[in-house]
Amino acid sequence: MVATVAAARGTLDTFPKYLLLNARRFGDRPAMRHKDYGIWQSWTWAEQLAQIRALALGLQALGLSHGDKIAVVGANRPRLYWTFAAAQSLGAVPVPVYADAVAEEMAYVLNHAGVRFAVVQDQEQVDKIQSFSDRIPMLREIIYDEPRGLDGYDQSGLTAFTAIQERGEALLAADSGLAERWKQGIREASGDDISVMLYTSGTTGRSKGVMITATGAVNAARDTAEFDRLSEKDSVLAYLPLAWVGDHYLNYAQGYVSGLCMNCPESAETVAQDLREIGPTFYFAPPRIFEGLLTSVTIRMEDAGWLKRKLFDYFIGVAKRHGEAILEGRPVPLSGRISYALGKILIYAPLRNVLGLSNIRVAYTAGEAIGQDLFSFFRSLGINLKQLYGQTEAFLYVTVQKDGEVRADTVGPAAPHVDIRISDSGEVLFRSPGMFAGYFKQEDTTAETLTEDGYVKTGDAGFFDTDGQLKIIDRAKDVGKLTSGALFAPKYIENTLKFFPNIKEAVAFGHGRDFAAAFINIDLQAVGNWAERNNIAYASYQELAGHPRVYEMIARNVDETNLRLSKEPVMAGAQIKRFLVLHKELDADDGELTRTLKVRRAFVAERYAPLIEALYDGSTEKYVETEMTYEDGRKGVVRATVKIVDAKTYPAARPEIREAAE
Amino acid sequence: MNARPEPVKLAIVDDGIPMGGLLMEVKNVSLRFGGVKAITDISFDVKKGEIRAIIGPNGAGKTSMLNVINGFYTPQEGTIVFRGQERRAMKPHHAVRQGIARTFQNVALFKGMSTLDNIMAGRSVMMHRSLFWQMLWHGPALKEEIEHREKVEEIIDFLEIQHIRRTPVGKLPYGLQKRVELGRALAMEPSLLLLDEPMAGMNLEEKEDMSRFIIDVNRQRGTTIALIEHDMGVVMDLSDRVVVLDYGKKIADGTPDAVKSNQDVIDAYLGVAH
Repeated sequence: MVATVAAARGTLDTFPKYLLLNARRFGDRPAMRHKDYGIWQSWTWAEQLAQIRALALGLQALGLSHGDKIAVVGANRPRLYWTFAAAQSLGAVPVPVYADAVAEEMAYVLNHAGVRFAVVQDQEQVDKIQSFSDRIPMLREIIYDEPRGLDGYDQSGLTAFTAIQERGEALLAADSGLAERWKQGIREASGDDISVMLYTSGTTGRSKGVMITATGAVNAARDTAEFDRLSEKDSVLAYLPLAWVGDHYLNYAQGYVSGLCMNCPESAETVAQDLREIGPTFYFAPPRIFEGLLTSVTIRMEDAGWLKRKLFDYFIGVAKRHGEAILEGRPVPLSGRISYALGKILIYAPLRNVLGLSNIRVAYTAGEAIGQDLFSFFRSLGINLKQLYGQTEAFLYVTVQKDGEVRADTVGPAAPHVDIRISDSGEVLFRSPGMFAGYFKQEDTTAETLTEDGYVKTGDAGFFDTDGQLKIIDRAKDVGKLTSGALFAPKYIENTLKFFPNIKEAVAFGHGRDFAAAFINIDLQAVGNWAERNNIAYASYQELAGHPRVYEMIARNVDETNLRLSKEPVMAGAQIKRFLVLHKELDADDGELTRTLKVRRAFVAERYAPLIEALYDGSTEKYVETEMTYEDGRKGVVRATVKIVDAKTYPAARPEIREAAE
Repeated sequence: MNARPEPVKLAIVDDGIPMGGLLMEVKNVSLRFGGVKAITDISFDVKKGEIRAIIGPNGAGKTSMLNVINGFYTPQEGTIVFRGQERRAMKPHHAVRQGIARTFQNVALFKGMSTLDNIMAGRSVMMHRSLFWQMLWHGPALKEEIEHREKVEEIIDFLEIQHIRRTPVGKLPYGLQKRVELGRALAMEPSLLLLDEPMAGMNLEEKEDMSRFIIDVNRQRGTTIALIEHDMGVVMDLSDRVVVLDYGKKIADGTPDAVKSNQDVIDAYLGVAH
C-alpha cells in the first residue's frame, strides 16, 4: 500500500485523480457508508465514482465551470462529500460553510467567496440562505439534498440533488463519449488549482477564506496517511463539522489518498451509537469528548454492582501501572503482563467495545490542553491516543506525535516535511506541504501572516521541550517579555497556579517589568473547608483572604509553581517574585471577568493599578478602596490593607536548551 | 446505479374520497352516563385533508366526543357516518381497521418497550401471517416483518427520533413520548387521526416541534386530523375549522377567526353567569 502511494507521487496531484485510481484499485471496497432508515447504506468506490460523475455532469449542465465557487452547507452526508469531488473534477472550488453559522455570518462568507451555487442539506439551510438572498447577488442556484418541507416553495433557483444527478445520467446516456471526456478533464487538471477554500471560524474578527492548492492538499494528506499507515482497510466516522479543516482533512483528504471508508452518522444525536456500530480504526475527538466519555464511564460504574465495581477499580489500577508501557512496548514484569492480559478480557475489551473504540489503531486529540489523567486513562486501555497541533492555514498538521513518543503536555515534533521555527518573540512559525496559498481577496492579511522567507505565523507562542517536542503556551499576542529579555507567558503561569485547588483565579504581571508578579484569588470553597478543619474563624471572604495562615498556604503553592517553572528552560526566567492575595473575588458583575469567566487582564490592571505599583515598589502592604457590585445590584466599597509577600525563586534548569532544540 | 434505496413511502389510505370531500359526519349524537349528559345532540363533519379542532372548557365533553368517534363509547342517540358507512356500535379495533387511529391525553405507550417496538406494535393490525409462522420467525413471516420495519423506519425518520430508536420509552422525556405515540398512530396508516391534547404538558419548544409534525403529517401525507387541544394559540394556528363545545353542547363551528369572534365562545371561555 505504502509502496503504491509512493509510486503514485508526482502524477496524482488532485483528489478527483485519486477518485479514478481508487475506483480502479479498490472498486469493490466500500468508500462511503451512511446510516439511513436504520440501516448502513454503503457505496463502493466504483459506485461512488458513478454518483460523483452524475452529479458533476449535472452541475456542469447547470453552468458550473472552472474557478466557480460552490458552497457546501450541512451535516456529514455522503451527497455533500460527493459535491467536493464533483466540483473539483470540473476545476470548481468547494467552499464548505458551518451549517450552524448565523444568517449574518453565512451571508458574509457566501458573498465574500462569491459562490454561484450552494449545495445544502435541508429546508433549514434553504430558508437561511433565502433570508439574505438579496445580499448574495452571485448565487444562481440552491441545490438541496433532503426535499422534506420544500414542497410549497417557489422552485426558481431551487433544485433537488437527485434532479441534478438525473440530468447528469441523462446526458451520459445520450452521449457515449461524455464519460471519457469527463475523465480526460480530470487527468489534465493542474495541481495548482485551488482544491478547497476553508473559512476560519472567525472567533477573532471576520472569517478569512483560506485557499489550499490541490498539490499542497494531496501532498499533506499523503504524508500523514503514510505516517499513520492508513490504508483501504481503515475506516473513520465522519462526524466533525463539515466546514472545519479537521473534518475535510482527516476524512475527505486522507480518505481519498488512502482509500479508506468514510462513515456518516445517522444524525448528530446518534454519533455515540453509530461509533459503536462502525468501530472505526482511526478517530479524532477534541479533549472534551474524551472527558465526556470518561465521565459517563465513571457514572455508570458508580451505579454498577459491588463485584463489577471492585473488578473495575482493580484492573483500572493495573492498567494505570502497566497499560501505557505495554502500549509503547516498554519492558513490563511478567506478573504485570499477566494481570493486564486478564484485565483485557474482563474489563478493557468490553469497555472499549461500549465506547466504540474496539478497533482503534490511531486516535488523535487536539484543540486545547488535555489533562494527564484523562490522556493516560485512554492510553492505558490500549488505545493509541496521540496529540497533534494544526491550523487551517497549514491544512491541518503542523506537529504530530509519533507512536511510542507520546506525552500529554506536548503536541509532538514537526509533522513530515514540515519546518518549524520559533521567532524571537516566541511565536511558532511553520512551512508545510499543505500550507495555504493565501487568504481569498485579502492580500494584505496574507502578507501580514507570512514572514519574508515564507513561513506562516501561527499566532501561538510555544517552545521546543528538551526532547524536541513542541509545547504551546499561549496566544502570541498575550506573551510578553521581562526587562531582562526572559519570556513572560501569563496564561502559562496562571494555569500552573490554578492547578492548585486553593487558587481559584490568578492574574500574572510582568511584561516590561523587572520580574513577574501575581494577584491571587483563593477558592472560597476549598480554603473555607480547610479553615473549618483547622478551626480558623472568619467572617468574610476578605478576612479569610487576608489571614496569615492562608498566606502561608498560598506561599507554598507559589513556591511549588516556581519550582515547576524553573524546570521549563524557557519559562524559568519569569518565576513569581512577589504576590498578593486579593481582598475580593474577581467578578463578572464588576467587569473583571468576561461572562465566560475569563480574566479581562487589561481591565484588572487598570482597576488595581495601586496594587500593581505596590508589587513592584517593594512595599509590604497597601491600603486600597475598591468599588464592588453586590448580588442585588447595589454598589459598595471594600476597604482593605493588602499584604504583599516575596516568594522564593529557583535557578533555571539547563538554560541553553532552546538553541539545542532548534 | 443508485445503491441507496429510495425511501418507502407510507401509503395514504385511498378511501375513494377526494380531498375536501366528506370523510366523517357526526349526526345528532348524544351520550349519557346514567343521568349525566356528557354530549347533547351534537352534529359536525370532518372533511378529508383538513385539520379539525374540537375545543371547549374543562368538562365540555371533548374527550367523550373523541371516544365516541373511535368506538370506545356507544352513543345513546345519533349516528356517525365514516367513509360513507353509517355505524353506531363498534369496538375500538374495528375503528382501527376502518382507518381511525388516535393518541391519548395521558401517554399510553408500553413503557418497558423501545421506541421501535412501540411503533412496530402500531402495525400489528396489518400483520397477516398466522401465529405459527410468526413464532417460527422464518419465511413469509420474516419477510412481512421486514416490510413493516421499513415503514416504521420511515416514520422514525419522519419524526426525527432515530436517536431514541432503542431506548425504552419509559426513560424518555414527556415531549418525546408524545412523539413516539404519534409515531405509533401513524404506523396504522390512518385515514383519520385523532389527537387528544397533543401539546398537554409540553414546554414551548416541544409545542413548536409537535405543531410542525402535525402540519407535516397533514400536508405531506394528506392525513385528516381531528384534535382536541387546550392551548388556544396552537388551535387557532393549526386548524382549518374548529368546533366549540360547552357543557356537552355545540356552541360554535367554523374557521378559527369566526370562532374567535363568536360571543358565546368568548363567554364560555371567560365565564359568565349561566
